[in-house]
Amino acid sequence: MHEQEYVLSVKVLNNNGVLPRVGGLFARRGYSIKSLNAAETEEPSISRLTIVVSGDLRILEQIKNQLMKLYDVRDVQILRDAVTREHILIRAGRNSDDRHKIIEIANLYRAKPVDVAADSIMLELTGEPAKIDSFIDLLKPFGIIKMVRSGITALERD
Amino acid sequence: MLLSGSDIIVECLLEQGADTVFGYPGGAVLNIYDSLYKYSDKVRHIITSHEQGACHAADGFARATGKTGVVIATSGPGATNLTTGLATANMDSVPLVAITGNVSTNLLGLDSFQEVDITGVTIPITKHNFIVKNIAELADTLRLAFDIANSGRKGPVLVDIPKDITAATYEYAPVKPIAKAPAAVSESELDAALELIMKSEKPYIYAGGGVVSANAEEELKRLAELCDAPVSCSLMGQGAFDQTDRRYIGMLGMHGTVKAAAALNSCDLFIGVGTRFSDRVIGDPNVFGKNAKFIHIDIDPAEFNKNVEVGCTVKGDVKEVLKALCDKISQKKCAWTDEIIAKDFGEPVQKGTEEFPVTPQAVIEKLDELTNGQAVIATEVGQNQMWAAQYYKYKEPRSFISSGGLGTMGFGLGAALGAKVGRPDKTVVNIAGDGSFAMNLNELITASAHNIPIIEMVINNNVLGMVRQWQRLFYNKHFSQTTLDARHIDYVKLGESFGIQTFVINKNEDIEPILSKALEISKNAPVMIEVRIDRDINVLPMIPAGKPVIDPITEIDLEA
Repeated sequence: MHEQEYVLSVKVLNNNGVLPRVGGLFARRGYSIKSLNAAETEEPSISRLTIVVSGDLRILEQIKNQLMKLYDVRDVQILRDAVTREHILIRAGRNSDDRHKIIEIANLYRAKPVDVAADSIMLELTGEPAKIDSFIDLLKPFGIIKMVRSGITALERD
Repeated sequence: MLLSGSDIIVECLLEQGADTVFGYPGGAVLNIYDSLYKYSDKVRHIITSHEQGACHAADGFARATGKTGVVIATSGPGATNLTTGLATANMDSVPLVAITGNVSTNLLGLDSFQEVDITGVTIPITKHNFIVKNIAELADTLRLAFDIANSGRKGPVLVDIPKDITAATYEYAPVKPIAKAPAAVSESELDAALELIMKSEKPYIYAGGGVVSANAEEELKRLAELCDAPVSCSLMGQGAFDQTDRRYIGMLGMHGTVKAAAALNSCDLFIGVGTRFSDRVIGDPNVFGKNAKFIHIDIDPAEFNKNVEVGCTVKGDVKEVLKALCDKISQKKCAWTDEIIAKDFGEPVQKGTEEFPVTPQAVIEKLDELTNGQAVIATEVGQNQMWAAQYYKYKEPRSFISSGGLGTMGFGLGAALGAKVGRPDKTVVNIAGDGSFAMNLNELITASAHNIPIIEMVINNNVLGMVRQWQRLFYNKHFSQTTLDARHIDYVKLGESFGIQTFVINKNEDIEPILSKALEISKNAPVMIEVRIDRDINVLPMIPAGKPVIDPITEIDLEA
């Protein structure tokens, strides 16, 4: 079957140890996680995990069923039509010349400078994961010093 | 009323009807044991030799009675000693609540004496687990633990309770457990299954442990009759269908009958009920039942299409599904079924040698005859387990108690003790091999100390027979570490040192008198039998692992 990436939105009880339970399930059953984002929702007792997995449809169904067996997991949605966003903090640049060029690129992407040093600059950007990818590619020639991606968050469209 | 945490624990056990617990005291559970002392007229506690034995006993108790088993252990090593027992129960979906003590909350996370993160350790081998850090949550957590253990696909739940929580006091009010109605079964899934059944000319039913756990044996029998289908059971399903019924054609799988393998390959519809299509049954998944369509009925949808691709699935409590399905089926008649039942497939028969004339088959078949197939048989793991499954004719559910999924050597003795405690009306026999016996023979002490009158039958071939069988077939007869001749165990002396009468069967004419005598003694006291057999009696038929379930091996040439 065809392998591709899927986004799962998983509602879990905000209990101690919920992450090792979910993470351990993926590890021991050999399902691969591309990214995982976890945070509280509008209900304080519930967290939402947004998990990007890769596999075929059979594996996807397995992952969903296995997740639903965990007591702390309350709901698993496979997102088909959703708004997906990722946030990045990235520091790049080797000298002040670079900095100008980086700011030009940042303007194109509407990325925001958040910390400026003598040779380098830290930017933040939120957008579709593909946009983040291309932004990183454009900054590569200037030397990426550090970066952190939030992993994908997503909510289904109404 | 205001109660200590440990009293609340015992009250919660009583709420759930858990009047029998197995366990082993220690520092972190001192408060709990103090409460057990106080409540000793209401809760029977059985101390084993080792926490592993206690966990297997709670498991055997649960399997034999259908109730939730309870085991108590102290922190650290006490808790880690439960792990094999928990993993065993988890693989076989046995409802179990394990209560472990832990160090006080102020000492957690500091590598304190006898501290272990047992909830961390047991995540992959329990259905769920809890640590209670607030006494206000203690009672409800225990109630929830019982609820989780015993609902849906059952399984073990561990509740870790720090010592200060058991010492603290809190307001307690009893709560009656509420039985939950099973979820509704999808009509469209039922109709799809019905259509396949009504179109089928050669339906074959394969029942697993899910039938036992759902108490669905009557519904299964009705399904078989309505479909006019032959029936096989998995190892875990032994007893789900009366094996003296004409429709029963033996176990399916690695050591199933030739007839069952033939039915698998010639059926046009394979109906898997309460089963998870274990690799030990399906062999090569690509050719398993290649001429058949499939119906898979199970409470756990995660089992659908996991090991075998099946088209038609019906999710739900097996009893409810079968009831609803049977109400829709109009009586079928299948000529194929009569053919399969009538045909002689030449099942292998065990032969003794001049030195060791006795065979496991002869002993187990005699045991079946003398107990009228009504005993509860526990097993260890390996050849003994397969022989116990093959040669005893199970008539009712919960009469075969065996570690199917995890394959835990050392399981049987503890499990048999638990089964006997739960079902004192039943003759309980643990069919062991000498290898498995040696793993947890310490529990003979428990049998004798609590006078739990089981029959421990050690089928002794002085080898690790199942591994030896594989070494013969697949490892050029390199019998690496599987010959136990150097052990020189005198079973009679060993048994007697524990105060357990022990007999030896080494001649065919001894089988009946010694079994009869043991059955008589076991009305009042535990008894042990050593059965001496040849080391090269193999488990047959056999399908090598991962190979198609077609043409099983029925003979192994020992000279080759």
